[in-house]
Parts: sequence; structure tokens; C-alpha cells
Amino acid sequence: MSTVLSVSGLTKDFGGLRAVNDVDFELDSGEVVALIGPNGAGKTTFFNCVTGVYRPNKGRVEIHPPGGARRDIVGLEPHRITHKGLARTFQNIRLFGGMTVLENVMIGRHSRLHAGVFGAILRDRATREEEQRVIAESYAILQRMGLDRQANDIASNLPYGAQRRLEIARALATDPFILLLDEPAAGMNPQETKALRALILKIRDTHGVSIFLIEHDMSLVMSLAERIYVMDYGRLIATGPPEAVKRDPEVIRAYLGEEV
Amino acid sequence: MGKHTWYRPWVSALWMVVLTLPIFVVRVNTVVGEVTWRWRNAVVLALLVVTAAYAARVYRRLERDAGWSSRLRRLAGWAPARYHALETRVGERRLRVLGRVALALVLTAFPFVTGLFQTGIMVRALIFVLLALGLNVIIGLGGMLHLGYIAFMAVGAYTYGILYRFFGVGFWPALPAAALVSTVAGISLALPVLRLRGDYLAIVTLGFSEIVRIVINNLTELTGGPQGILGIPKPWFFGLDLSLRQSTRYLYFIALAFVILLVCVMRRFENSRIGRALTAMGEDEIAAAAMGVDTTRAKLVAFALGSFWAGIAGVIFASQNAIIVPSSFSIAQSIIVLSCVVLGGMGSIRGSIVGALALILIPEYLREFSDFRILLFGVVLVVMMIFRPGGILPKQRKVYTFGERT
Repeated sequence: MSTVLSVSGLTKDFGGLRAVNDVDFELDSGEVVALIGPNGAGKTTFFNCVTGVYRPNKGRVEIHPPGGARRDIVGLEPHRITHKGLARTFQNIRLFGGMTVLENVMIGRHSRLHAGVFGAILRDRATREEEQRVIAESYAILQRMGLDRQANDIASNLPYGAQRRLEIARALATDPFILLLDEPAAGMNPQETKALRALILKIRDTHGVSIFLIEHDMSLVMSLAERIYVMDYGRLIATGPPEAVKRDPEVIRAYLGEEV
Repeated sequence: MGKHTWYRPWVSALWMVVLTLPIFVVRVNTVVGEVTWRWRNAVVLALLVVTAAYAARVYRRLERDAGWSSRLRRLAGWAPARYHALETRVGERRLRVLGRVALALVLTAFPFVTGLFQTGIMVRALIFVLLALGLNVIIGLGGMLHLGYIAFMAVGAYTYGILYRFFGVGFWPALPAAALVSTVAGISLALPVLRLRGDYLAIVTLGFSEIVRIVINNLTELTGGPQGILGIPKPWFFGLDLSLRQSTRYLYFIALAFVILLVCVMRRFENSRIGRALTAMGEDEIAAAAMGVDTTRAKLVAFALGSFWAGIAGVIFASQNAIIVPSSFSIAQSIIVLSCVVLGGMGSIRGSIVGALALILIPEYLREFSDFRILLFGVVLVVMMIFRPGGILPKQRKVYTFGERT
């Protein structure tokens, strides 16, 4: 398997605080990898460095898109990184609450479309066709995610679980080859979490994306992830398959504290 | 209507009469030292309130019934969106066409039926419709609080004024020039404030507007300073010498044409790729960037488009008034345009139009009550916040249809 995302020596400081300290990370094509760690370990900061929200102080973030050249994406703006094929969801849901479900997904298609201001105003043939295409494509994504019945509903009126699904749908609409999910199961009940697990695997198989997720729900992480990275105080303290990580003394210490 | 609540409109009416007693009923003549009680006013007011309350009830009931029927339909039909859209379309289309024809007739007849004064007021209102629609791009869609919008109208107006003063340029050639200059001004303001949001953006735009006004005020050689520029000509009409009445009518139709053009442009823009991106950015900038929206570009587009129309409104304004002075472009004017957008409904085209017409026309026709204008304005805003926080005509998201037709 080929590597699609490799991070080396990533460091991010906030003033005197080193939130992410020299982290190395690799994601292979078609893999599901989880990043876990206690609260404040720097997981989301790491995420934000990869997706361009923060600019890391040190380190490289290299992507290797299928059929494309390997390149460093540090310093690129978030929308450029999305254009390169990394899509993300947010820990606290950040949908466009006042827009409809379909429009949310259509925004996801933004970077794959070309119409400009003058095209919109003159509404030439190319723009009209593109608009029809994006409606059809977005609706197809909603159908796959089981959200097509709510297509014209206002996004903020959806139930919680559906909002999470819509965030994933919106991310998929950007045609990513890497999907980054920040605590997708947060606030879900066990049934919803189970459905989410099936959904993530289905997405991986049908869209051919590699998935990198941050998650606190251990049952989900252990049953879903092929490899797990564990962070604590900004450092990587363990990595490996779920069984090995579960028994790692460093990990147990980070989560449960030291024996006295 | 519930049987226990039949009296509630009358209670509201009584309450309203009591509240407005000192304004509408009691008149104290301080010169003669006598008090007159104008009870007829109270009766008229009470009847008005009762009628309005009953009308609101009927409207609310209709709205609720519509809600129920669509919910039932949703339960029954597999593809609710499509059914819904088609069903309303067949019945509504005839009504909508009829409404448009009636509106067109009224708007065309207006300057011929009414006098010079009324037409003048309407031109002023249409200028504010243009401004409200332009500002709506920045505030309603882009979610950027812009408190200095009137400065771009000033740039447009003074571009025309200066071109006329030094080169004798007329209305039509000045129009594109002013729009261009004002767009450039909009972009040059947008560039340094791209990183700012919310309150900070509001302060910078407010400051910019004041800078523009003060510069105009002090650049006496160019702008005439506080005396302004006088004798700005009316638009050229095939070389004919128009009377004041005719030229006002002409200006009315020019303003109306631009309003119609802008409505068409905005309707296309708001549901286009860039318009959607701008709306998304207004909702959540970080999420929009994460979805691949270039927020820098979106902001520049919003400012450019908004300023462009302010420039055009400025030229019409200069031509109508024949004189432009810096004090016409004070912060208060920016606030009025902002109020038009907020009152009408942020992001809503129809809302901006209704808001601008309401805020310009109502004070004009209520000149007798001018002492209470600000008071009434405050009451209206408070009532709006309670009952219609989204504005008079809040933005409705576009309903898409799916199936064979797409």
C-alpha cells in the first residue's frame, strides 16, 4: 500500500505552550487510522495544522494524491488544501445552519466548479449546465448518505445525528482522497455510533478515501481503526494496532494516571 | 379563532390608546393654557389596531394551515420536495403573473398620476432601494457588518460632480466612470480589512466613511468643500430640453430601470456558485474555507459588487439633487441604509426593497408626526425584534426539484 499522507516532525507552539511536539504520522491508501488521547493532548491542533487552519512552527505535511505528485502542503490556505483533496469535519458541528441541506452539499462542490460572477449574472450555457450538474451530484451524495428526503430542509432543523451525517456528506462533496473526521461520534447514542461505523466503512469502500479520525469513543475506535496513534501533552506516546495500543503501559498511564 | 380570546384585539387596542394618549389624544395649548381631548383620534386608532390584530390572526391561521397541509403531503408522498414545488407552482403562477402586471402598471403610471413632489420622493426611495440591495450583498449574504456604505455613494456622486465641474461630462458618460471608481474604492477598502470580522470590521468601515467625508470636505479645490458642487445636470435625453417635471419623471424611470436590473442581477447572483459561497462565508467563515471557498476572493467580490451599485446610486442622487455637499453623506445615512436591510430581512431581496420603501416613504408621508418619528421608529424596531426577528420578509432558501427534469 502506498502512503497518501505523511507528516514528519510537526510542531506547533502557542506562545510558551508546545501544543504539538515533533509528531510523525503516516496514513496509507484505503486505511482507517485513529488519533486518540486525553483532553488537551493536542489532537485537534494537529488536525488543524494538517488542514491549514494553523500554520505549524516546524515540520512537513506531505500528501501523495493517487496519480499525482508528492508535495508539501504546509503554508497553504485551508481552501487550497481542500482543493488538493483533504476534506474535514468539525468537532463541534459547523454546518451552514441557515442554508438548506442540499445547499450545504453544493458548497462542498465549490472547489470543483468554475462559474464566476459574470457567469452567474449572464447565466450563460456553461454556467446553467454546471448548476444543473452540481444539483444532481449533490442530490446523489445526499441519497447515498440517506439525507435526500431532507434535501430542502434548513440544515439547523435536522436532528443531531443527521447533522453529523450532513457534515460528512458535505466533506465528501469536495471529492477528497483523504477524509479527516474530528470526533464524528461525539454526542451520539450507541445505535447511532454503530450506524456511523458502518457508514464510515462504506464511505471508505465506495469512495476509495483514506480516513483519519479523532475519537473518544473507545468501542468505535477499537473496532474501526486499523492503526491507532496516541497523543499526550503534544507528544506521540504510542502507535500500532488496537490490541497493542490497548495494552501499552504508556497509554494506560496517560488515561488512568500512574500507580502510587 | 379561539372562543376565549375574541376580546384580545380589543384589549390591545385599549392598551395602545392608553399608551399613545399623550401623543394622539391630549393636546395642551401652552399659549392659551387649555387642554383639548381629541377622542376621535383614539377611536380611529383603536379600530386600526383591532383590524390589524384580526388580519394578523387570519394570516397566522393561513400560514399554520399551509404548514399542516405540506406536512401531510410530506407524510403521504415519497418525494415531498418535488410534489410540493410542482403543486404550488401551477396555482401560484397565474397569480404571480397577475401581480407582476399590476405592479408594472402601477409603477409606470405613478409619475404621471402623481405630482412632481411625489415623484421626487419616489426617486429618493428608489435610490435607497438600490443602496439597500447593494449593501445586502455585503451584510445580508457576506455577513460583514459594513457601517460606511454611504461613502461609496459619495464616491459615485462626487465622481460625477467632479467630472462635470472640470470636464463638463454628462450623466450617461459619468455613470460607468462613477461605478468603476466606486468599485475600485470598495476593493481598496476591502483589501486591508480582509482579516477583520464583526465589530472590528464595523469600526474600520465607519472610520473609512468618515475619512471619505472629511477628505471631501477639505479638498476644496476639487470638491468645493462644504459648499459642494452646484448645478449638476439632469440626464441627457436625446438632446431635448426637458422641463423640471419631465426630467424628474425621466429620472424616476432611470432609477426604476436600475432597480429592476439590480433585482435581476441579485436573483441570479444569490443562487449561483459565488453567491452561495458568500452566503456560506457569512454563516461560518472557517467552515466555508474548509469546504474550499476562497474567503478572500468572496469578500472582494462582495465589496466590489456592493460598491458598484452604490456608485450608480450616487450618480442618480447627484443628478436628482443638482447639488452635492459632504453633509449628505453622514454616518446617519449609512445607518438608514443598514436599517433598511435589517428591517426588510437580511439576505432577502424583497425584504431590502420593502425595508427601503418603508423607511424612506413612511417618514415622508408622516411629516405631521415628525416630532414622534424617532419614537415610532424605536417602537417599530422593538416590535419587529419580538415578532419577526428575521425582518419583514425574511430570506427564503431556494427549493430545488429533483427527478426527470433536472
